[in-house]
Amino acid sequence: MANVSESIETRGGEHGHGHDDHAHAHPDFLQHHFDTPAQQFDAAKLGMWVFIATEILMFGGLFCAYAIWRGLEPDIFDQAHHFLNKILGATNTVVLLFSSLTAALAVRAAQSGKRNLTSVYLVVTIVCACVFLAIKYFEYSHKFHLGLLPGHCFGHPGLSGAIQNGQEIGTCLRVHADATPVMPEWVKAVDESGHMQVLPPRANMFFGLYFVMTGLHGLHVIIGMSILVWVLVKNLRGQFSPQFFTPVDLGALYWHLVDLVWIYLFPLLYLVGKPE
Amino acid sequence: MAAVDIPLIGGHEADSHGDPHANYLKAKRGIGSWMLTVDHKRIGLMYLTMVSLAFLVGGIFALLMRIELFTRGKTIVDAETYNRFFTLHGAVMVFLFIIPSVPAALGNFFLPIMIGAKDVAFPKLNLLSFYIYLVGVAIILTSIILGSVDTGWTFYTPYSVQTANSVISMTAGVFVLGFSSILTGLNFLVTVHTMRAPGITWTRLPLFVWGMYATALIQVLATPVLAITLLLLITERFLGIGIFDPKLGGDPVLFQHFFWFYSHPAVYIMIVPGMAINSELIATFSRRAIFGAFAVAMSSIGLAILGFLVWGHHLFVAGMSEFATMLFSALTFLVAIPSGVKIFNWTATIYKGSIVWASPMLYAMAFIFLFTIGGLTGLFLGTLSVDVHLTDTYFVVAHFHYVMMGGTVIAFLGGLLYWWPKMTGKMHDEKKAKIGFVLVFIGFNTVFIPQFIMGSRGMPRRYYDYLPQFEPFHKASTIGSWILAAGLFLTAYTLLEALWKGKTAPRNPWGSAGYEWATDTPPCVANFHTTPTIKRGPYDYHLATPEELATGWDEVESAHGTKPGASSSAKKA
Repeated sequence: MANVSESIETRGGEHGHGHDDHAHAHPDFLQHHFDTPAQQFDAAKLGMWVFIATEILMFGGLFCAYAIWRGLEPDIFDQAHHFLNKILGATNTVVLLFSSLTAALAVRAAQSGKRNLTSVYLVVTIVCACVFLAIKYFEYSHKFHLGLLPGHCFGHPGLSGAIQNGQEIGTCLRVHADATPVMPEWVKAVDESGHMQVLPPRANMFFGLYFVMTGLHGLHVIIGMSILVWVLVKNLRGQFSPQFFTPVDLGALYWHLVDLVWIYLFPLLYLVGKPE
Repeated sequence: MAAVDIPLIGGHEADSHGDPHANYLKAKRGIGSWMLTVDHKRIGLMYLTMVSLAFLVGGIFALLMRIELFTRGKTIVDAETYNRFFTLHGAVMVFLFIIPSVPAALGNFFLPIMIGAKDVAFPKLNLLSFYIYLVGVAIILTSIILGSVDTGWTFYTPYSVQTANSVISMTAGVFVLGFSSILTGLNFLVTVHTMRAPGITWTRLPLFVWGMYATALIQVLATPVLAITLLLLITERFLGIGIFDPKLGGDPVLFQHFFWFYSHPAVYIMIVPGMAINSELIATFSRRAIFGAFAVAMSSIGLAILGFLVWGHHLFVAGMSEFATMLFSALTFLVAIPSGVKIFNWTATIYKGSIVWASPMLYAMAFIFLFTIGGLTGLFLGTLSVDVHLTDTYFVVAHFHYVMMGGTVIAFLGGLLYWWPKMTGKMHDEKKAKIGFVLVFIGFNTVFIPQFIMGSRGMPRRYYDYLPQFEPFHKASTIGSWILAAGLFLTAYTLLEALWKGKTAPRNPWGSAGYEWATDTPPCVANFHTTPTIKRGPYDYHLATPEELATGWDEVESAHGTKPGASSSAKKA
């Protein structure tokens, strides 16, 4: 600090900017505004972590709404959750956990420069995502069929002409869905394990929450898949090396978030019953 | 070669042809070079244009609202339209103007320069955030055309679920704007962490950057909650999922909790940048290091943290347990500590400073004065027993505007005048700027002091009509709004006039020690010709060299004589 005339100095002497003498290498993947690959990597990684924080806070709002309702209406959650298929839910959990493993292995493969292996792991991860969405599709369409829908859609308005309040049709009893939001009466229905269950009034609350939470998660699965496909294309073009594999790393990181959210959704929605 | 202040003295003739060293305004030409730019300075200017237009639109709604209240009963519009005016005034000002104003416009321009970086960490994301903002604006405009919203900017349930207006498109627009805000915040956080030039340690970080950092923290952590809240409101309207609907077992107060969990921190998204600007102004025009600069920096972080803990004070009369109201009241008073640190430290900085009464300094002084009023009246509202009487009166309106307008907007105007030469290369007319300031200051107080009085006497906010005893106050308030508008238009004219009539600005017209004044005016594309190494703090006037602090007016005049319009120091020598 002694020489005050140099308090804001430039490093012009070392690498002249007019004719860059490549005092340090400036590889192709390094963007113009970064000085070193390490700086670029740190920025990208921190950016993804911050983005993941925002995602968690967004889901946090939903988990908060869930906690409040669950606290106020434990019976609704207990009775309504029997209508979710635990086998399919558990299968999806295993599928997503496995896909997280392959995503992590893809990062390792990219890091060690094994391009083909990276592609294989990425493809497996993407296939797992498709399997997850396919299972979700069957779950959703079953709910649609039974009329276990959110809010004032509850009770399948398409069939409402053919039924009366409390009358059995197929495997499920529904209430007539009015055009205005009404509180459904007590209804009896056969749940996923074949037992006759009683659905209390306002069970549509549970299904509203179920569809919003799993729907938002499903949207994230699609976004995560798109990112992984983009990473796969880049990998097939040979744009990664042990020096630069940031997109693989960040894509996998995002995929772990998608997995993590489901790890919480599965027990909270499918396994929420009260102890015997 | 001895590394002496290359950007200060100029004479970089070898580089004047190289792309990164050209004046950022002239490096490339044409609309396309602006639309597709990833230069944070150009994106900042585009944001500045958009938020200024939003400020104009929001201001027109405010003027219409005040005209309607000039007389009792109907003056120009019916009650339904009046409801839309105050909703649109609030929504446009909050979501389109004040939240992006300082961070996205001035922050975008100056944050990278003040940490010696070439750009923000994610330049493309920065441009994307601008376009997302434009999409949000487009959705909101569509919503206004489709019938507009009469819920107030807070969209409280159950009314927002039942009202026939275009709530879905309006909230969808706000949802999209939230993404823009998140991306800007994310970019700034990462930029401050990873892009600082050698020598810019955390303690040498300019207070403007600290303020932007604290703001970015809030943007990143609070905005997602607004996103999910609005998403739930939209599904509520579409599907009736019942989260906020008591008929279906939900709770409308839950909406208020969710909404204010974002929107109270959002108040700090609005005010902390104002404080950030003010620290720069006070230091420059007092020629002194900010008293306890690190404490001022930490108080920004303190506000960011406390901002998350006090949302309940918006719900004191909405139906919360007595214990919760007491807790939130006590936490609310804690906000006075970091705010007080700032006010006292600024005052201590001015004490025995070498004060220059330039127009930005006038705004800085007004900020301290008006924000103190706004802050102290906040204590009235944080006190449970008083709040019960003042809730939903004009007292709240006046308090809010003293903080937001008397704080952030005043600081924004001060910051604009302060950095205008650096951004555009042109000096504005100081005399007009000062007249504009006087009009703004008088007009603003004439609008809102009567509102404090009315509110304390029970005039409810958002009412279309009022009792005869409030008439003089409403008349005074409306007349004040015209003075305020005149002042703002004069200031806008002063700034725009500088573009074609203004003198060429030197590198450092105010003689500041801040890092951003060490580079060219206007800055080159890469901000600095080479990555700077910083060896002193941004307020170390005792360490800065005379040439660093020189205003450079003599150089400009001599250059102006020989070569009119020469703005870059590279063109001299």
